[in-house]
Amino acid sequence: MRSICFYFQVHQPFRLRTYRFFDIGKNHDYFDEFQNRYIARRVADKCYIPTNQLLLELIQEYGSRFKISYSISGTALDQFEKYTPDVIESFQRLAATGCVEFLSETYTHSLSALKSKDEFTTQVLAHRNKIQQLFGQTPTTFRNTELIYSDGIGEMVAEMGFETMLTEGAKHILGWKSPNFMYCNSINPKLKLLLKNFQLSDDIAFRFSQQSWEGWPLTTEKFVDWINQIDQKQEVLNLFMDYETFGEHQWQETGIFDFMRALPARVFSHSNFTFNTPSEVSAALQPVSAIYVPNPISWADEERDLTAWLGNDLQDEAFDAVYAIEHKVKAINDFKLIVEWRYLQTSDHFYYMCTKWFSDGDVHKYFNPYGTPYEAFINYMNVLSDFIIRVDHYYDNVPLKEKEVKKKNIAIKEISKVTKSKPATQKSAKPSVSENIKPIKTTTAKKKDTKPKKDRE
Amino acid sequence: MFGWEFPPHITGGLGTACFGLTKGLLHQGVEVIFVVPKAYGDENQQAVNLVNASEVSIDIKNSIYEDYWDNISYIEVGSNLVPYMSPDEFYNIINKKEQTVSSTQESVLSKTYQFSGKYGQNLMEEVHRYALVASTIAFQNNFDVIHAHDWLTYPAGIAAKKISNKPLIIHVHATEFDRSGENVNQTVYDIERQGMEYADYIIAVSNLTRNIIIERYGISPEKVFTVHNAVEPSTRSDYYFEEKHVKEKIVTFLGRVTFQKGPDYFVEAAYKVLQKDSNVRFVMAGSGDMLNRMIRRVAQLRISNKFHFTGFLDAENVDRMFSMSDVYVMPSVSEPFGISPLEAMRSNVPVVISKQSGVSEVLKYALKIDFWDIDAMADAIYGLLHYDALSKMFVRYGKDEVDNMKWDNAAKSVKDLYIKALN
Repeated sequence: MRSICFYFQVHQPFRLRTYRFFDIGKNHDYFDEFQNRYIARRVADKCYIPTNQLLLELIQEYGSRFKISYSISGTALDQFEKYTPDVIESFQRLAATGCVEFLSETYTHSLSALKSKDEFTTQVLAHRNKIQQLFGQTPTTFRNTELIYSDGIGEMVAEMGFETMLTEGAKHILGWKSPNFMYCNSINPKLKLLLKNFQLSDDIAFRFSQQSWEGWPLTTEKFVDWINQIDQKQEVLNLFMDYETFGEHQWQETGIFDFMRALPARVFSHSNFTFNTPSEVSAALQPVSAIYVPNPISWADEERDLTAWLGNDLQDEAFDAVYAIEHKVKAINDFKLIVEWRYLQTSDHFYYMCTKWFSDGDVHKYFNPYGTPYEAFINYMNVLSDFIIRVDHYYDNVPLKEKEVKKKNIAIKEISKVTKSKPATQKSAKPSVSENIKPIKTTTAKKKDTKPKKDRE
Repeated sequence: MFGWEFPPHITGGLGTACFGLTKGLLHQGVEVIFVVPKAYGDENQQAVNLVNASEVSIDIKNSIYEDYWDNISYIEVGSNLVPYMSPDEFYNIINKKEQTVSSTQESVLSKTYQFSGKYGQNLMEEVHRYALVASTIAFQNNFDVIHAHDWLTYPAGIAAKKISNKPLIIHVHATEFDRSGENVNQTVYDIERQGMEYADYIIAVSNLTRNIIIERYGISPEKVFTVHNAVEPSTRSDYYFEEKHVKEKIVTFLGRVTFQKGPDYFVEAAYKVLQKDSNVRFVMAGSGDMLNRMIRRVAQLRISNKFHFTGFLDAENVDRMFSMSDVYVMPSVSEPFGISPLEAMRSNVPVVISKQSGVSEVLKYALKIDFWDIDAMADAIYGLLHYDALSKMFVRYGKDEVDNMKWDNAAKSVKDLYIKALN
């Protein structure tokens, strides 16, 4: 068996509004409701709805022979629920076919894996709950934000019970090895790794409409020709890409939808590949060896490293600042504060502060609502400064005992008792941190959150 | 009077000073024809006879103008020197030039003549074209004295003088040495020097500037007089008042973020203060070519959640900023005068100013430090934040001090000089 494994990334960040110094301490409304709604609607109309429909038709046509997988960030799901519920329904229809696997990731598409194990696991669990709630699946495959991976991150993921993880088939970690096999984590070999074939993935995702590219125009005939050139011994072709490739990055006029519509038929008639989901591939194949990744890799830019999000002074300062308040936010344990804090962790905020314009600047600019990384930084820090003021304010009212527990051991998730002694505007009790992100297991707890939230406005 | 910017179109200290002085002169019974490169149409015209330079038609055939067309062509020759420089030098010079102009004049000139905004050959052409306009105005109007503010109008002043044979007084708000340190632009320097030589009298905004004029431009000391700037009296209702929303004290830098204003020393001093006292926020309000470097430095020092940037602020937000501030710092490396500390004091904000500013010659109730002495600056900021007796005294007496610095007094000195020039 040789498999084509399609995974599509669906993500939308909660973009910040223009937040001035004068707003600090006064205005606690951080997110650009209008822009977020507008973009969610636009991308839904151009990409999510039509592409979902196309893939649904393909699944209906080929039955269980055509399979795909998605990772949808929690922030994207929150936006769909808020702005474009038709997108949720459309994904639910796909989920009902049984041919679609939903992957697990951090709830807010964050870089928490690099900073806080507690936050990372909390977010992954929250996202898993969300997927269960919406699509009735429990993910067994994990993909980290921007395919960021290292041996240590893999170990954490394995510890959480995931069987498979996706990452980039970066040249500098593979060396002479091919991405078209399954590998495993070097610390815990139980965790299997599927590596992106960036050549063929990016042929579709980035180069499809690039007229200066020698492969242009890309037809299904040509593409299937190329995959047939892959050595017969190689077992899996991982095509990982942003879902927005369809209709948003590559406009409909480029023919990207027609390409996709015609692809399965050509694959079935002219190759020995089948379509499989990551967990199917993982179950069917044996890992050929362990992969050693001491330093984190990602799927971004030429370097395939973290420098799009972290590394310059602005990014490091902002990144450290948002995680420096982790123990306080968790000790306060307020629904609204935690949600906002998590939205502020979304990797896109740090991406906007990237200063390496030269090699991959075009891609960066395309996704960037700010004119310069400096503006992005100032705006983010203004918001964060206000957020920190609020956190410090509530933190003053948190019982000392709880503060100590949180500080000492951030990994403790269950806080047994919270004294309810303070009056209305003060901190109110909540039994556990894990409930704060849209609790699924105990849905009744959700409603309770609305009242104290208002008090703190 | 050849001046710059009239309310409400004020972008810098120069426009504020021109307006204040003109009003003072009117109180002294002096009639003023105020020539600005461009009148927007909504300026405050009740006090003065405002002439819009771009409305004056020019008869180029008149031989008197040829002198100035010659000047333009001369400048073009001068600019041919540029290609012989290395690209780096060229880049630096262009940048440096943009920086100097954008200070106060760029917005005015660019709107008037729609020139490129670059401070190269085109700006020089504009300066001389403006001189052409000036000579026409000199023809068409009756006046006794010509008063020109800062180098961009010196050629205009000279032209008017040649036409009318009336005495010329030039008013030096800044010199090329203030704007560019030791890397002076020779063309600008030549225009400044020519203006000073043609002038019957020179008004310097501070003794600091007077000394530069005498020493660097070789002007005879008898010709140069110091008339310090003043500030409009405060009328509470005119000023935006806003309670700050944060509990920390606020220390403010407000001005162009350029070499001349010493923003880097402010950042370093902020860092020192924050080591001792986290209950304070710093704000850098303004824009300029050093802004990005300052943002990086602040991030590097890991103080960005206590150090904020606002970008350029308009007049209303400047007042708003002052009303929220607890200490105002002007760490200028070189400041011929510096009106902004007076505006801060008028809003009851105690100030720390550099000794390298003209305003330090006239202020008693201000902490004065060397711009490079960040320890002293941090100390002064800390003192004003923590020792209430000090800040209270500064606020109370500082306000009186500023209220006594009236444009009427400055205008009186200027008027005396006019009379002297006429005799």
